[in-house]
Amino acid sequence: MTQPLLKIDNLHVTFSTRRGLVEAVRGVTLAVEPGEMLGLVGESGSGKSVTGFATTRLLDAAGRVTAGEILFRGQDVTKLSGDDLRHLHGAAMSMIFQNPRSALNPIRAVGQQIADAILTHKRISKQAAHAEALELLRAVQIRDPERRMAAYPHELSGGMCQRVMIAIAISCNPALLIADEPTTGLDVTTQKVVMDLLADIAAARGMATILITHDLGLAARYCRRIVVMERGRLVEEAAPTTLFNHPRHPYTKRLVAASPTAHSRIEDLVTEEERGPYAEIVRKPKLPQAPGTPPLLVVQKLAKRFDQGAAAVADFSMTIAAGESVGLVGESGSGKSTTSRMICRLIDPSEGDIVFDGQSIGHVPSRDFHRSPFRKDIQMVFQDPNESLNPRFTAHDCIAHPLKRLVGLREGDALRQRVEECAQRVGLPLDLLPRFPHQLSGGQKARVGIARAIACRPRLLVLDEPTAALDVSVQAVVLQLLDRLRREDNLALLFVSHDLNVVRMLCERTIVLRNGVIVEEGDSRALFDNPKTDYTRELVEAIPHIEIETKLAAAAL
Amino acid sequence: MNQQQVIGRTVRGTLGATMARAGRRFLSSLPALFGVLVFTFLLMRVLPGDPAVFFASGPNASKEDVELIRKQMGLDKSMPEQLALYLYDVGRGNLGRSMMTGQSVTKDLRERLPASLELTFTALLIALVSAIPLGVLAALKPGSIIDHGVRLFCALGVCVPTFVSGLLLIYVFYYLLGLAPDPTGRVDVFTSLPPSRTGFLMIDFLLAGDIEGWWAALKQLILPAMSMALFVIAPLARITRASMLVSLGSDFVRTARSVGLSRRHVVVTYALRNAILPVITIAGIVFSTMLGANVLVEKVFSWPGVASYALDALLSSDYAPVQGFVLLMASLFVLVNLTVDVCYGIADPRVSIE
Amino acid sequence: MTSTALRHSIWILRGNPLTGVAAAGVLSLIFIAIFGPWIVPYDPIASNVSQALLPPSAEHLAGTDQLGRDVFSRLIVAARLDLAIAVSAVSLSFVLGAVVGSFCGYAAGRLDRTVGRFVDVMMAFPLFVLAMAMVAALGNRVENIIIATAVINLPFYIRFARAEVNVRRNLGWVEAARSSGESHISVVLRFLLPNILPAMAVQMSLNLGWAILNAAGLSFIGLGVKPPTPEWGIMVAEGARFISTGRWWLVAFPGLALMLAVLCFNLLGDGMRDILDPRMRT
Repeated sequence: MTQPLLKIDNLHVTFSTRRGLVEAVRGVTLAVEPGEMLGLVGESGSGKSVTGFATTRLLDAAGRVTAGEILFRGQDVTKLSGDDLRHLHGAAMSMIFQNPRSALNPIRAVGQQIADAILTHKRISKQAAHAEALELLRAVQIRDPERRMAAYPHELSGGMCQRVMIAIAISCNPALLIADEPTTGLDVTTQKVVMDLLADIAAARGMATILITHDLGLAARYCRRIVVMERGRLVEEAAPTTLFNHPRHPYTKRLVAASPTAHSRIEDLVTEEERGPYAEIVRKPKLPQAPGTPPLLVVQKLAKRFDQGAAAVADFSMTIAAGESVGLVGESGSGKSTTSRMICRLIDPSEGDIVFDGQSIGHVPSRDFHRSPFRKDIQMVFQDPNESLNPRFTAHDCIAHPLKRLVGLREGDALRQRVEECAQRVGLPLDLLPRFPHQLSGGQKARVGIARAIACRPRLLVLDEPTAALDVSVQAVVLQLLDRLRREDNLALLFVSHDLNVVRMLCERTIVLRNGVIVEEGDSRALFDNPKTDYTRELVEAIPHIEIETKLAAAAL
Repeated sequence: MNQQQVIGRTVRGTLGATMARAGRRFLSSLPALFGVLVFTFLLMRVLPGDPAVFFASGPNASKEDVELIRKQMGLDKSMPEQLALYLYDVGRGNLGRSMMTGQSVTKDLRERLPASLELTFTALLIALVSAIPLGVLAALKPGSIIDHGVRLFCALGVCVPTFVSGLLLIYVFYYLLGLAPDPTGRVDVFTSLPPSRTGFLMIDFLLAGDIEGWWAALKQLILPAMSMALFVIAPLARITRASMLVSLGSDFVRTARSVGLSRRHVVVTYALRNAILPVITIAGIVFSTMLGANVLVEKVFSWPGVASYALDALLSSDYAPVQGFVLLMASLFVLVNLTVDVCYGIADPRVSIE
Repeated sequence: MTSTALRHSIWILRGNPLTGVAAAGVLSLIFIAIFGPWIVPYDPIASNVSQALLPPSAEHLAGTDQLGRDVFSRLIVAARLDLAIAVSAVSLSFVLGAVVGSFCGYAAGRLDRTVGRFVDVMMAFPLFVLAMAMVAALGNRVENIIIATAVINLPFYIRFARAEVNVRRNLGWVEAARSSGESHISVVLRFLLPNILPAMAVQMSLNLGWAILNAAGLSFIGLGVKPPTPEWGIMVAEGARFISTGRWWLVAFPGLALMLAVLCFNLLGDGMRDILDPRMRT
């Protein structure tokens, strides 16, 4: 048996922070064979990226390898310095980073940046390096590469920047590529193209790859072997099929359950032990809608134009019945956030009308809507829980604020009771109420944001990517919570998201938005199983489907 | 398309965009320039004291004398008329006549401007040449002795007013050490001035081949330039250090390191070129500050520049030179901004899409 | 809650003793400004020609000036005037700048761009020249020094408040406040302003030093404060005539006073900034 390309043995990495030493990686052992693609999966804080950075010796100044060794072709990387280290970088192993736009030098032409990397390791003329850079741009399938050579990163899209980044990383034919969340932040269709490209290139050039990702589905699609990390430790290592069908470690079980798939239902997202009282509520049949009941919300030909630019949203019409959940899906720039804010009456539409409960509210200027009696009926949950709570308010203040303003409660027992009731409904422990946002975890902040939104018992809840910034295991719990609230209160949900799997689970109906225009809409199951337009099909196919992949992987074995 | 063509195209594109941007900025600063003009006109008209009385050699001058001077100065006309007249005159390059020197203000300013500019440019040069390396060194080794030294120097540097540091420099180098000449004027009394070509003595002496005179003028120049520079080294070094730290910690520097670029390449081509962008902006503001600090430094060193001229005029209620001076400052400030815009545009390809 | 804040501050001061020293310096400066006239050894105005131009000694800690006045006593008494000018000027521009800047930053759009451009133009102008022209025009009085200093400080606050509000205006918690029934005005005044105040306070501390220097510069060139009033800038101006003959103490001590005052405010500002946001440390 040949020796592995990379062998990490009992690696420990410690960071010195304001709060003292923090051990980010505690004893990771793994090996990478030449030419294989290994998935390194974990949620935030699992130490997966730190492991990658330690391997390439690119840790922050605050981080230090405190124990263990990293053998690359039998040589301990942690002991390299000077020229040896420089030769290691790029020529032996290289890295692809998250957020490609900031990973490229903003004031240097991309062709020049690729040539820089080539010239570092090869003794060739500038012209030759330039020609090689051009070849690389062709290899990463950038259209019109001659022209793109002179382009600056800001002139390229995120996906193109990531291709350039890949070109730089493979420029000197390294034996090992480490891709750290290479597609996070890219649109789902771009994600697929970039990942396919990366996999093809690695296979064609025989490079081993470590794919670091939080997305189990993504890892399953492209890797033969997956390593799962939790809080600095390696908890399980297996082939994707085994991992999905027979996870052994409790954490892996939770993670597998929480990762949405094409057929998972919301109630499947958490493991048996955690499910608790949820199951009963789901089983309760939904209240039948009396025939002839007018819809709760009717949106007619809504349009929004900013300043002089083209329309961000045009001719948008939809309805939501009481207690119904509707998904609004689109990639970045599709106008879905603008639409949700118009419906929530935070910004004014340029054209069209919004009718809520039979009354037109589209013509009430948003600047005066805070006085409208419908203000408390339409509430919103905002995207990033870290930014959606006032840093100067405690959790209690956050939830109490709408109650004071919109219900007219004063500081006192009645208010405290209402706040505690809301907290209980969203599963927020009461002892967390006096805490400030920075003392809460991401999931807890998300709960506070939801508690605030439901505090006034609204009839329509607009959710703007409420789980996009959360880890999957937290996302699972939040999704269940939202679904439960909907059923309990007959609350209508407008769920804005780019994540199709989530929308499919949570929403009865789905609207697909592209460049401000509705592309397709209909019953969620039907829409996802049998998309009518090419764009929707493209979106659906781009989602990493675990079942299909595991089948493929099994076939390949 | 070969490399040269590609580079040529980029440079042309960048330059074109930069010029267009600079042109737009220039146009948008014209109203500001006009505003300054009207503003100073109004400010000067509400000055306390009647300058006509002042210039009729004291309060015991006859009524007729005062009236005559008032007419001569155009003070008997209505405000709008006076403003229109003033604008017309400015348009023709006529900034009025100084009562102090009896000469036209334009001539006075033209004679004195080189002195001020020579001082300011020298100070800026000293400041940039010392601040940027200091800032870079400090950023390369954060927490080291050099870093702490630079930070201490910066902290102290911004606290010492230019007029105090100027006077203390005089005390040390003139009184104690005797190294510097008598701190008055641009050359000592024994040196004869070179034929004026540029007005910058450092250049004129060289053109005349008078090395001794050049040395004498340099000795006069160095102390005021130093005291002006001392005050602005701190902000420049600070911003260099800060932006260098940001750019060294940025993702693209990590990328450059990850492919094994040499340390020099990473620091200079990747980090420093990006870090220099905010320094350019600050340098423009610093230059402006120095134009203001000229008033103080020229007073301390009896430097025959425009600022001391304006100050003398201000203290003797002589309108025209002060107006001329502020207008000159405003035009200089437009020029400085234009220069900064062009430099920035060349250094940063992103500005074209702004 | 207050006790945790206190503990937090103590913890930070322990890691950053310089800030503590600066805070102590600012406090003693305030003390001197308030009680100065009662603690000085000599009358700061009374001249005594027989004692003129004496170098520092045990009797006259900072020597005497050309009229035989005790420089040390004048330095102490001057603190009140210098500090009063700087504090009132900075407070004026702080209040005005914070409100105007916040509303502009929140409103965005055309008004904001216009104000932004105006502020940029003003900041790039030689501000000392502007202040000089204003004092000259409004009249050579202390109030006008305050107004002039406030005006040239204003653009910094407007710009700062604008930028701080601009990054927050689209954050979830601001929109949440609106969907909880707050009007635009109360979002700005009751939500955004309190959130940017700590950062503004840092800016204020840093600006106080600059304001002191400006005011001293103006009186140095003969604007504003008139002799024989003790004021640091004027004292330097008066001492300037004697520097070529080696009477260093007339310039050095008022200069030192200016420097220490500015240094304390700057260090305090830097320290507070570190406490608020360690990433902004420069």
